[in-house]
Amino acid sequence: MAVQKINIVQALNQALKQEMARDRNVILLGEDIGRNGGVFRVTDGLQKEFGEDRVIDTPLAELGIISAAIGMAVVGIKPVVEIEFGGFMYSGLDHLIDHAARIRNRSRGRFTCPMVVRTPYSASIRALEHHSESTETLYIHIPGLKVVVPSSPYEAKGLLTASIRDNDPVIFMEPSRVYRAIKEDVPEEQYIIPLGKAKIVHEGSDLTLIGFGAMMKTILEAHEQLKAKYSMEIIDLRTLSPLDEETIISSVKKTGRCVVVHEAPRTLGIGAEIIALINDKAMLNLQAPVERVTGFDIPVPFLKMENYYVPDVRKIVTGIEKVMSF
Amino acid sequence: MPKKVIASFNVEYLQVMDDEGNVDNALMPQVSQDDIKKFFAQMLLMRAFDKKCLALQRQGRLGTYAYVTGQEATQVGTANLLSKDDWMFPTYRESGSYLIRGMPMHTLLLYWAGDERGQHIPEGENDFTIAIPIASQIPHAVGAAWGLKLQGKKNASMVYFGDGSTSKGDFHESINFAGVFKLPVIFVCSNNYYAISLARNKQTAAETLAQKGIAYGVPCLQVDGNDVFAVYAATKEALDRAYRGEGPTLLELMTYRITDHTTSDDASRYRSKEEVEQWKKKDPIDRLRKYMQKNSLWSEEFEKQVQSDSEHQIEEAVKKLEATPPQEIEDIFKYVYSEMPMQLKEQLEYAKKFPLEKKE
Repeated sequence: MAVQKINIVQALNQALKQEMARDRNVILLGEDIGRNGGVFRVTDGLQKEFGEDRVIDTPLAELGIISAAIGMAVVGIKPVVEIEFGGFMYSGLDHLIDHAARIRNRSRGRFTCPMVVRTPYSASIRALEHHSESTETLYIHIPGLKVVVPSSPYEAKGLLTASIRDNDPVIFMEPSRVYRAIKEDVPEEQYIIPLGKAKIVHEGSDLTLIGFGAMMKTILEAHEQLKAKYSMEIIDLRTLSPLDEETIISSVKKTGRCVVVHEAPRTLGIGAEIIALINDKAMLNLQAPVERVTGFDIPVPFLKMENYYVPDVRKIVTGIEKVMSF
Repeated sequence: MPKKVIASFNVEYLQVMDDEGNVDNALMPQVSQDDIKKFFAQMLLMRAFDKKCLALQRQGRLGTYAYVTGQEATQVGTANLLSKDDWMFPTYRESGSYLIRGMPMHTLLLYWAGDERGQHIPEGENDFTIAIPIASQIPHAVGAAWGLKLQGKKNASMVYFGDGSTSKGDFHESINFAGVFKLPVIFVCSNNYYAISLARNKQTAAETLAQKGIAYGVPCLQVDGNDVFAVYAATKEALDRAYRGEGPTLLELMTYRITDHTTSDDASRYRSKEEVEQWKKKDPIDRLRKYMQKNSLWSEEFEKQVQSDSEHQIEEAVKKLEATPPQEIEDIFKYVYSEMPMQLKEQLEYAKKFPLEKKE
């Protein structure tokens, strides 16, 4: 299979392009995605290739975009929405919660709402307020939505393709911090990474280190620093809802120790859910309390302090050492 | 039964000064010669500030910056009319209005440098913080106007927004409230023809943005937004209406963003050089200069002096910015709640074990 070394933006662009070529019902809508190719250029060139009817520059209205996509999805279009930044989702949240997530259940399966809402998340992109949050918990907490977060170019392409083909509404959160920071081999052909399945990035026996999305790069740096000392099993969650409980539990049963990393605020972050899960299913295998290395319960600071907000290698290494000290 | 017309409406357009600096004396607002010189100086300052911010951004000393260039008259013609007790609700493009209202320049620079202390509005100044989510400040301005009315005050609130904002529910819901409750609020829509890349004619099928006021029973006017006298006259009329308790006004100021949307944007991807050149001929500063030349209010020396005063003021502000000590770790924790909850105190203690690595 032919491969190419590309970054996440290019991988996402390719996933959209190939899926649009394969299925005429796939359409894109959002602000500045057509002529401008998206503020991060993820949709660059797609309007030229597929036309203004399939790559739609909408008026500036996130509620309008998301709610119109719901109607489209109900009648059989496969809308892939782009919301420019995660902090601009909220006016559309009304419709995600009240309708997209509930249509299947409300109509007893008569109507469905297969759509994808793509949005960047994560800090340290030197942007203005509301451009840097990690808001996955908001979506995880809504029954009926799936939440997918890729961590690398290979993951991005396979997971976006799977999200577009999925039968349920998917919130697809793109790690803007590493949009261009990671390049890796990605097959030119289409492929699928199934939703709901975590990836064991590295096998190990001393400790399970869990993360996803933009934090995976930092997690791997921490691993690099400590790999001679400890054998760590590293899990990339990929899909946050539904969570791959099996992979987490079997790993923790093996290692007996666990550190969860996320940059979202600590309270009610996915870390809390994973600890509850371990409490339910692997408590007696633990040799140490599970450690969370997270963002703080504060708004993400402006750029001068945003790097400090995001868990860094120091904090992850400290967390690992703490768990290993038991 | 034949159909009959039951209501009809007009949208008026106001221009006082043409592109060559000739004014219609019948429409000319009452402004003193000193005012006119002040307007000119303020516009030059804004443009110099833009230039400096771009340079600082490219050197990595500021984060993303949103330019004013080309839209100076929309800020000079409005902000100067607000009294100290009126309220202003800006977008990220109102650096000029902030400066006119008295925000210290180095504070504004701190904001653009990505330091949260840059949004600490000085005590006693009724200027709200910058709203980044589009149109989200409009309902707050309406609420503030309502509050002023409930308190029996004779003041008004003024809210700035762009052409893109008029597509959002925030705009429609709040202008409706303002109409229903006759609130003292001035809706200042700076129509600069682009919402990042989306051209105004793709934003709405309506012929004007001003006419959106008609649907809500709110008086409206389209104004040449690069004509500082027209903007001033229209704003004065709207404010007087608000002060008299006669309710809101929607002003559509026709202007143009000569620059990119922000320092992160590349406007050449979505608009032509020719179009930009056409608009440069309507430059608000050039037009005022022409007027001043015709009325013996301008000399080369005067402009040089204003230029050098502006540059000096900006240099002083940059020095102050550079001399500002970095934030402490506590700074990102202590304003989240009135009193820090136990969880945050614990997180702050944890944070202190990881000192700030270096000055950004």
